[in-house]
Amino acid sequence: MRFIFKTDYAQDIRLAKHGGQVFWYGLMMLLLVLVPWFAPEYWLTQLTFVLIYSVAGLGLMLVAGFTGQFSIGHAAFLGMGAYTHAVLTNMGVPFPVALVLAAALSAVTGVVIGVPALRVKGIYLGMATLSFGFIVQELFTRWDSVTGGNKGMHVKAPDIFGWKLESGEEFYYLCLVLTTLCTLAILNLLRSSTGRAFVAIRDSEVSAQSMGIHLARYKTTSFALSAAITGIAGALYAHKLQFISPDQFSLLQSIELLLLIVVGGLGSVHGAFLGAIFLISMPQLIALSKDYLPPAIGMAPGLQGVVFGVVLIAFVLFEPMGIYGRWLKIRTYLQIFPFYRKGMFKRQKSFQKSDRLS
Amino acid sequence: MQFIQLTISGIAQGCIYGLIALGFVLIYKATETVSFVQGDLMMLGAFAGLALMTFLGFPFWLAVVSSIAAMGVAGVALERVVIRPILGQPAFSIVMLTIGIGYVLRGLITMIPVIGTDTHVMPVPYKDQVWNVGALVLNVEQMVVILCTALLCLLLFAIFKYSKVGIAMQASSQNQLAAYYMGIPVKKLNGLVWGLASAVAAIAGLLLAPITFVHANMGFVGLKAFPAAVVGGFGSLPGAIVGGLVIGLVESMAGFYAPEGWKDIAPYVVVLVMLWVKPNGIFGDTLRKKV
Repeated sequence: MRFIFKTDYAQDIRLAKHGGQVFWYGLMMLLLVLVPWFAPEYWLTQLTFVLIYSVAGLGLMLVAGFTGQFSIGHAAFLGMGAYTHAVLTNMGVPFPVALVLAAALSAVTGVVIGVPALRVKGIYLGMATLSFGFIVQELFTRWDSVTGGNKGMHVKAPDIFGWKLESGEEFYYLCLVLTTLCTLAILNLLRSSTGRAFVAIRDSEVSAQSMGIHLARYKTTSFALSAAITGIAGALYAHKLQFISPDQFSLLQSIELLLLIVVGGLGSVHGAFLGAIFLISMPQLIALSKDYLPPAIGMAPGLQGVVFGVVLIAFVLFEPMGIYGRWLKIRTYLQIFPFYRKGMFKRQKSFQKSDRLS
Repeated sequence: MQFIQLTISGIAQGCIYGLIALGFVLIYKATETVSFVQGDLMMLGAFAGLALMTFLGFPFWLAVVSSIAAMGVAGVALERVVIRPILGQPAFSIVMLTIGIGYVLRGLITMIPVIGTDTHVMPVPYKDQVWNVGALVLNVEQMVVILCTALLCLLLFAIFKYSKVGIAMQASSQNQLAAYYMGIPVKKLNGLVWGLASAVAAIAGLLLAPITFVHANMGFVGLKAFPAAVVGGFGSLPGAIVGGLVIGLVESMAGFYAPEGWKDIAPYVVVLVMLWVKPNGIFGDTLRKKV
């Protein structure tokens, strides 16, 4: 058991809370850097996808997990980022410039969508983002002079001022660097006053407002930042697949992103990564388990949907904090070994929180 | 003439949207949660009707009544088993839960060998008939949709206005705690509301089935019911039907007068415009929680 005795504020907001964290995260970084030397090509590809989905998950986590607004159309931002970036890259714009522009355009659309919906209650934002998702997908399909329509479009390899990243290893490092930057940016944001305002809004809009937090402004900020980060993920996604088409950014993609953050752990940065690992490894696990299932079940086309659904239901019912919440419990159990009690993480019974006037 | 024809088919389509929207407005009013499973319940209802009619050989009316009743029971069971344990948790959890249930239902239907992956035609007695009224050609399937919706609305109106259960539902949807203090069994009512909502969804499914086909992904029609609910004002029962009609009409007109591709996104454009102009919908109350 470790006791951290805090003596000043700088210590309270330090990113690494103690030496153990520095050690373990350092070790993890080192391993991730060394991966291309010992992992086969296939695993490297999967790991790259995990990184890309983590960035997208971080984006959605910011708005859903930390600001408490839920978006059912985040695939649209992924698509905005992907298409903007793809079009710019194919025009010969260098990678960093295209990336920044893609993120900026996503953020601007995020603001445009967010402004009307954020003035009212949570569910309307969900509806607005849902509608926006459909409209954007249709736009990708119909505007075929730019996006190639349903035929999709190819994406050239990233080009950082003349340095072309064509191999899988190079692109993996690019993803690793960007993921690290995004994670640090989110962590930094969360310890700033803006991030704390987000969390305050999530916990109670009424009390946040009475503490002088401008609800609409902070919600819009959160939405724009989230859209920007998701846009970056979209740009990487476009490069990784080298080919994008409108059906990759459908409602199902948005729901998968939601699944990612709920399974990973709503309201934790770790959750985005754990959820991404889950989302990428799940189809593989299902494919592996097909050999052991009776063919009537194993070969059925709906199996993956059922498994996703059951996992989602199970997590919401039994582990609302997601994989990260489970890990916290295990860690606490180990830390205070013989003294863990069953009720330590028990959910508090609460009355229905009502938005209505009553 | 063209215009009237379009209007009628728009209204018929709008009735379906309205019925599905009615389902989640019922649930939203009662439990203040948004159910994403309504479209899939509709799909399930249609499949139940189909199974009873073609595989078990039930006569048409018996099949309709029993599949609606079965879906009602299924709705109550669903509420009891998965929804009730997490009441009081953030709305987000319940939304995710219902999305999960939708996934499972769709997957399970797809997993049924042969039947699940095919598209089926619902054998209804009024299939492919038309009435000629003057120069108008009225599709009987569409007229049945409109008539049934109107009847159902009257029935629901009567239930909420005159029956004890309906009045209790209204009370508990206005203020759960106060209703509970008055001796209304709020939990039981929530179960009933889910039952009612899924029965309504089943009716929508049975009505829609002859017009389109029965297949595992027909539940995605439910996504157009969200615009209907928003336009009508989330939490208003007449609003749901009116919103559904608006969406149906807009879609039908856009399909004919606007360029290709507009038909599918017109409802969503309407929602975004609505959120800009009148965020609480046509019938929505503008009450806000104050400190």
